Amino acid sequence: MTELPDSNYKEPTSPQKFMGKAIKRVEDPRFLTGTGHYTDDINLHGQLHAAMLRSPYAHAKIGAIDASAALAVKGVRAVLTGQDLADAGVGSIPTGWLLPDLKVPPHPAIAHGEVNYVGDIVAVVIADTRAIAEDAVALIDVDLQPLPAVSLGSQALADGAVEVHPEAPGNVAFQWQIGDKDATDAHFAQADRVVTLKLRNHRLVPNAIEPRASLAQYQAAGDEYTLWTTSQNPHIHRLLLAAFVLGIPENKLRVISPDVGGGFGSKIFQYPEEVIVLFAAKRLKRPVKWSARRSEAFVTDMQGRDHESEAELALMNDGRMMGLRVKTIANLGAYLTTFAPAVPTYLYGTLLNGVYKFPAIHAEVTGVFTNTVPVDAYRGAGRPEATYLLERIVSKAAAELGLDASEIRRRNFIQPDEFPYQTPVALVYDSGNYEPALDKALGMVNYTQLRQEQAEGRRTGQKYIGIGFSTYLEACGLAPSALVGQLGAQAGQWESAVVRVMPTGKVEVLTGSHSHGQGHETTFAQIVAEELQIPMEDVSIIHGDTGKMPFGWGTYGSRSAAVGGSALKMALGKVKAKATKIAAHLLEAAPEDVEQVDGSFRVKGVPEGGKSFFDVALMAHLAHNFPEGMEPGLEEQYMYDPKNFVYPFGTHIAVVEVDADTGKVKLRQYVAVDDCGPIINPMIAEGQVHGGIAQGYGQAVLEETVYDEDGNLLSGTFMEYAMPRAEDMVQIQVGHTVTPSPHNPLGVKGIGEAGTISSTAAVANAVVDALEAFGIHHLDMPYTPEKVWRAIQDARKSQPQAADD
Amino acid sequence: MSTMDITVTVNGEQRQASVEPRMLLVHFLRDELELTGTHVGCDTSQCGACTVHLDGHAVKSCTLFAVQADGREVLTIEGIGAVGELHPLQTGFWEEHGLQCGFCTPGMIMSSAELLRTNPNPSEDQIRHALEGNFCRCTGYHNIVRAVQHAAGAMAAGAQPQSSAADD
Ligand code: FES
Ligand code: FES
Repeated sequence: MTELPDSNYKEPTSPQKFMGKAIKRVEDPRFLTGTGHYTDDINLHGQLHAAMLRSPYAHAKIGAIDASAALAVKGVRAVLTGQDLADAGVGSIPTGWLLPDLKVPPHPAIAHGEVNYVGDIVAVVIADTRAIAEDAVALIDVDLQPLPAVSLGSQALADGAVEVHPEAPGNVAFQWQIGDKDATDAHFAQADRVVTLKLRNHRLVPNAIEPRASLAQYQAAGDEYTLWTTSQNPHIHRLLLAAFVLGIPENKLRVISPDVGGGFGSKIFQYPEEVIVLFAAKRLKRPVKWSARRSEAFVTDMQGRDHESEAELALMNDGRMMGLRVKTIANLGAYLTTFAPAVPTYLYGTLLNGVYKFPAIHAEVTGVFTNTVPVDAYRGAGRPEATYLLERIVSKAAAELGLDASEIRRRNFIQPDEFPYQTPVALVYDSGNYEPALDKALGMVNYTQLRQEQAEGRRTGQKYIGIGFSTYLEACGLAPSALVGQLGAQAGQWESAVVRVMPTGKVEVLTGSHSHGQGHETTFAQIVAEELQIPMEDVSIIHGDTGKMPFGWGTYGSRSAAVGGSALKMALGKVKAKATKIAAHLLEAAPEDVEQVDGSFRVKGVPEGGKSFFDVALMAHLAHNFPEGMEPGLEEQYMYDPKNFVYPFGTHIAVVEVDADTGKVKLRQYVAVDDCGPIINPMIAEGQVHGGIAQGYGQAVLEETVYDEDGNLLSGTFMEYAMPRAEDMVQIQVGHTVTPSPHNPLGVKGIGEAGTISSTAAVANAVVDALEAFGIHHLDMPYTPEKVWRAIQDARKSQPQAADD
Repeated sequence: MSTMDITVTVNGEQRQASVEPRMLLVHFLRDELELTGTHVGCDTSQCGACTVHLDGHAVKSCTLFAVQADGREVLTIEGIGAVGELHPLQTGFWEEHGLQCGFCTPGMIMSSAELLRTNPNPSEDQIRHALEGNFCRCTGYHNIVRAVQHAAGAMAAGAQPQSSAADD
């Protein structure tokens, strides 16, 4: 990625503004009245229900399976095993991103021979009701012979560790590196000092509140399948299920993701249950439904993060950064899932540069198999891991140098006139201006006064305030297809839009993007209303159905506005061009002499006698007396492939108070200044930021996925896995700066993941900043009261006077 | 498994059914009555997505058996307001962008309705406390708090819940 795309962003000029306005969401009434349609709300006549027998062991050999007692239960229609799928030639669930020398062990939808994590499916009951199916699961007699298991990445790499797959000796899935090792070593040699940090970025469960669900229907006449499923990208599911797993002709499989109750990455991937319901629906000639219990979600939804890292930052005494070295062990869990290899590599290593001017960086990542739930993209995907590591070590460096945490950042920022900016880890940043966001955040948080309050509280030993920074950057708007193809993606990353103007001037948009809470029905309609200068009520946005839209890659990686929105803008441009031609014909003028003013088309400089959008739409369809060669209709399509990623950035500041007696961390204030270019709907953008911050805060303070050494998940319900609740959060102060992306037609960047990417680091830095009072310079997340209290106790023991000064 | 006959008044309408004693109220509402606005997020009484009112009090319908609602009144999100006659809380959530994916929203609204019934003018802390039993993974709660405040203000200013239940 060395070339910067040419600028085609233009300030919008249309008179009636829809863009940039906090317009209430058009999709809300159905959700507010309980009339949305989520997958589990859909029932088909004659449907059967699937329930899974899941492995209670992290690693075991599957012996004989005796299903006779289950099959004897009235209402049980079938019991399926891995053998049934194998006999039918059902393929392994594929991975969609290949790195050089990647080891890809088979991943059957129902385990065959061996189970590799607690939750792996051993057998499936299909029955008349869900209750009967679940009851019958308990009656299946399986001979499972437990094997030793391993759950932590570094332990899986240790000599003599249990091997998860014979295909991956030493449990290594891949070894990957980026940056220039020699140059980095040379810069380290010249530096005044090196700051080191060893940290664990612990594992998370995405926990969308809607559990995953799938419902499959098969029609023998025509050999047609329909799958309703909780998906962020129905076309990807269709492609993988058809071409790689079930061998269904792609045109015979329709995948519909109706209303989806949150995804955060966990609904991108191909899951075994979707394979199973489709397979069973055909075999039993009845629709088959499966809905996850929350307890199943904990052991089957792809989990996130799970890095063990060692980092070194080389600096001059004035705070100038000279180089960064990183070694990371990435725990991938038991199988490689759809995007798993991309997350700890191209979405992580390439982001380690952040917003700073590093002369050199070198990073090495080892991807490791363990007997745990597979790990894949969770909100931010790689970028939060990079941001957490970088922003933690930068704050640690500031503390060691005695520099203010904001000052060390300011001194190293890439300057606004240095874009396009080539980093030492492959990316070319499109545009940026980092200081104004920092300054704005400092002002909003009332920084000087806050530092005084902190000093006063420490002095008296009454109050331990911590102030934490994260001057983050993310790469989103995934992504130029040619580039990701070079990097191993078995996917394109463009997006589609169809704009269908009806004879009455109403407009239907089909988009390959998918909304599962992001409000596309509103923001995409704003783009259309602005471009065509028609009321928003005249626009409907349709998504989530492979039977309706052209191919699309869906929504993840904050790509909807930058890629899907740009596709829409380009398609609208084509609609306008054709509408202008039709209007010119109606006005008996040359197309170049026709302009669009307030939505109607008129001859330049002639205010009277224009043709409305309705006139043009109607005539496009009537096509009476169309000139020779003009095609009837007014429908255009555009497939937009971005020229670069987009690079939103900003400064987040978290303020916490640590109770030294109980160890409890309380969030006091949170300021987020984000720059995602021009904002289509500030209300929606800010909502995304709020939610993202809560998720990032959750990781820093509350959430932790805990496995014991045998691979048992100890945090398998909401009783043990602490999620942020209303009382944990505060009102978030949000600010913006606006630096358009130069290479997409809307100038937009992405905002969906920014909050999560930035907030974990900001909160972690705040907690450690508070703990500096006790001589503590680092502590791994999550900052539970017990962990913080113990750290303070230990620090007090070793430095009795530290906190009492 | 044997079944029991129950009569439950749901959203003002008497509904009779024959259900297995182990059927949870939430499944009765969703599967038997096809009132799918009440959601299942956890089935362990943690997330609040299934919150409904039983005899005027907010309860988690995944914690009760349908037979326990026999002879009693249940109000669900479908009964609290409808398009064109939204409850002030529904309006508040809409105005303040108190929802994203909308999955937690019915439960949030039902819990908030209980709060405003007992405390028409809650402080921010009281709202946060009252919603402790309801997870939202999308909004960060920021706008949910504002939505409840919006509704409290509107109700204090005389906006009436326009639901069928309130018209009784
Ligand atoms: S489904 Fe009842 S509380 Fe979660
Ligand atoms: S709006 Fe998605 S869980 Fe609350």
